[in-house]
Amino acid sequence: MSANLSAIFYLMSGILFILALRGLSSPETSRQGNYFGIAGMMIAIIVTFLSVGNYGTGFIYVLVILFIGGSIGAFIAFRIPMTAMPELVAGFHSLVCLAAVFVAISAFLKPEAFNLGTTGNIKLASLIEMSLGAAIGAITFTGSIIAFLKLRGIMSGAPIIFKGQHLINLFLGLTIIFLIYYLCISQLPNIFWIIVGISFLIGVLLIIPIGGADMPVVISMLNSYSGWAAAGIGFTLENTALIITGALVGSSGAILSYIMCKGMNRSFFNVILGGWGATDQTSKSKNNDQKPVKNGNADDAAFLMKNASSVIIVPGYGMAVAQAQHALREMVDVLKKNGVKVSYAIHPVAGRMPGHMNVLLAEANVPYDEVFELEEINNDFANCDVAYVIGANDVTNPVAKSDPQSPIYGMPILDVEKSKSVLFVKRSLSPGYAGIDNDLFYRDNTLMLFADAKKMTEEIVKSL
Amino acid sequence: MEIDPFIFRLSIFILSIFVGYYVVWSVTPSLHTPLMSVTNAISSVIIVGAIIAALAGASDKIFEISSIFGYLAIILAAVNIFGGFLVTQRMLQMYKKKKK
Repeated sequence: MSANLSAIFYLMSGILFILALRGLSSPETSRQGNYFGIAGMMIAIIVTFLSVGNYGTGFIYVLVILFIGGSIGAFIAFRIPMTAMPELVAGFHSLVCLAAVFVAISAFLKPEAFNLGTTGNIKLASLIEMSLGAAIGAITFTGSIIAFLKLRGIMSGAPIIFKGQHLINLFLGLTIIFLIYYLCISQLPNIFWIIVGISFLIGVLLIIPIGGADMPVVISMLNSYSGWAAAGIGFTLENTALIITGALVGSSGAILSYIMCKGMNRSFFNVILGGWGATDQTSKSKNNDQKPVKNGNADDAAFLMKNASSVIIVPGYGMAVAQAQHALREMVDVLKKNGVKVSYAIHPVAGRMPGHMNVLLAEANVPYDEVFELEEINNDFANCDVAYVIGANDVTNPVAKSDPQSPIYGMPILDVEKSKSVLFVKRSLSPGYAGIDNDLFYRDNTLMLFADAKKMTEEIVKSL
Repeated sequence: MEIDPFIFRLSIFILSIFVGYYVVWSVTPSLHTPLMSVTNAISSVIIVGAIIAALAGASDKIFEISSIFGYLAIILAAVNIFGGFLVTQRMLQMYKKKKK
């Protein structure tokens, strides 16, 4: 196949990818969008086979490993529980970035195959592009691995901080830039390996200081990086599909990071530099025990909600951990039968990744037109009888509006405290991720339900 | 003077960033998780480079070191392509409207 013809097909698959993202503007068009994406991918792969035009033994091997990799991917996709989506996405990011690193390495070892010059005499532009692609890919690979381990709970979600951390990162970053420059003038293979090695190290150092609840930002950021790495490789290979995709994914991840940061009222750098709430968590939670708390049980909660005319449910990460979404939907079904109006309120940073709560509710068959974003529903709390907070904490803390000293001051919160009564399902009085006490626990209209989110919800269903 | 093809690719890149910017802002927040999984799937189009890396060598030297990196990259990308699109599909199937 001629180079021009294949370039046009690559452009087509790039456009199909744009349509795939466009489809996600509403749930009705989203499934069609996904098919566009699949079509774009098939075109890209088939065109590549045709333009390489090598159907020897190697081709058979490629088909076999495509099949093996595809089966593994399909297996994971069907088996993964929806609560594990954040770590799945982090894991997938690490794979695609490692693939980018491998492609860059291969192009560096055998530039002839990609029309980039000869070994030891690679075109300057290509050398810059492939080393940037390899460096970003390597950083994102190890970064995603750390994110995966933290989300999976294999590694503690607590930030790991040591002295001079940021200086080391800065130094390593500058070293990479210098080495890329040096690689361009010397073409020495060892320099290339060192760049990849240091990038792996930076990825680890970059993510370890970032705590568990900041993971929505981290995942979005890694998503963005994986796009830029793909774009870098796309420039090296002079491939339009890759360049377009890289730009799309890069900007998508960047926008999601921005939305997440705004949801916490923190600057991007503040999150990346890490360590929020890790400093004096213990000192803050000491003086809480004296304050009076109203303690309720499932029957009280059932009574309150049955007699309410409207209930708003505020889910958070705790719901995901307890897998309480199905029990929650059962509870809502019973309430609706009793004529109670129920809606769901989702904070932008609820859960461990953007849109995490929405997927879990969708899994439990909650219709998406009952689920609302913060801006859409926040005024309704004033007119609602009961707010049922399940597994959320910091995103409901009124201190964000009242106390300029608080680390979460200025963060947009759900105005749960305005509703007539608040039911707060929580295992203990311990502070949330930000390490600050939630004022809401001690209000007169708050009833604390100390239990596992799922068990409590099931008990409420029984007493309803 | 002739324009370097690099400039054309750069133009495509910059324009795609703008397209991406506007398209992604129009994505409804409730679909942000599928957005992440589908962007992950499409970024696996890096498999194009992996296939070239694996197959571009002479056919009598299919296990050259550069080809082996190509094969490895194909496996990783294939896991992502199938896993990414299928898990997105699975998620999107779950989004349902209220029964009227």
